[in-house]
Amino acid sequence: MKFRRKSGVESKISTSSMPDIIFMLLIFFMVTTVLREYSGLPISLPKAERIEKLESKRHTSDIWVSKDGLISIEDKLFNADDVRHVMYEKRASDPQLTVSLKADQAARMEIISGVHNELRKADALKLNYSTKVKAPN
Amino acid sequence: MAIRERKARTGAIPEGGMADIAFLLLVFFLVTTTIDMDKGLGIILPAEGQEIEINKKNILNCLISASGAVLLGGEPVEMKDLSRKVKDELRANDKLIVSVKAHEKAQYDVYIEVLDQLKIAKATRISIAETE
Repeated sequence: MKFRRKSGVESKISTSSMPDIIFMLLIFFMVTTVLREYSGLPISLPKAERIEKLESKRHTSDIWVSKDGLISIEDKLFNADDVRHVMYEKRASDPQLTVSLKADQAARMEIISGVHNELRKADALKLNYSTKVKAPN
Repeated sequence: MAIRERKARTGAIPEGGMADIAFLLLVFFLVTTTIDMDKGLGIILPAEGQEIEINKKNILNCLISASGAVLLGGEPVEMKDLSRKVKDELRANDKLIVSVKAHEKAQYDVYIEVLDQLKIAKATRISIAETE
């Protein structure tokens, strides 16, 4: 059997549009990634197993509580008694609001309890204790 | 003085490296952006002024002391036994409400651990009492 001789057709893939594709990917990633809005307080979160994801970032408001008892919302420090006014406004503008409490694991319960009471007064009842993932043992 | 003749040069920018540059940018963005989804223990706080009387029989008190010890129904309990004991109690009484009460000097991570254990025990009715 005779083998046919290879044809002399060049089989190169055109790479000239490669930058366009990559730039498109780049723009996609730049658009979809949300930068962190607030830096918060330096805290180390506690760990838990049975965690749930927060539904959406848009309906979430963060409260940071450091181990020294500082309370920070949107990078402003608040007294424990002033939390209700801030949260009330937030709750009024977004009925689906979930509060994400990012408290240090060494924080005292009196501060956490104070935040609870403030949130109840502000009618922001959906609360989420932000935690890290602990591997089940 | 003789004017030197200009050399004819082609003014093409090499675009072979363009893809490399774009890739580099892409990798940079991929590495620097952290998709940190917020995760945590969800809970619904009771509304202000909606305290309801509950039969004492249906309440299981879970106390957290300042030193981090946990008392379940008046008896000290180890953290690793907590979920099992709560599960047993829930099996005995399905209307049971677990009331978590922490000392004001108790640490937050103990409280989170207790809540986590209650969630493992599938206790859906958890009440957060005020600190003492």
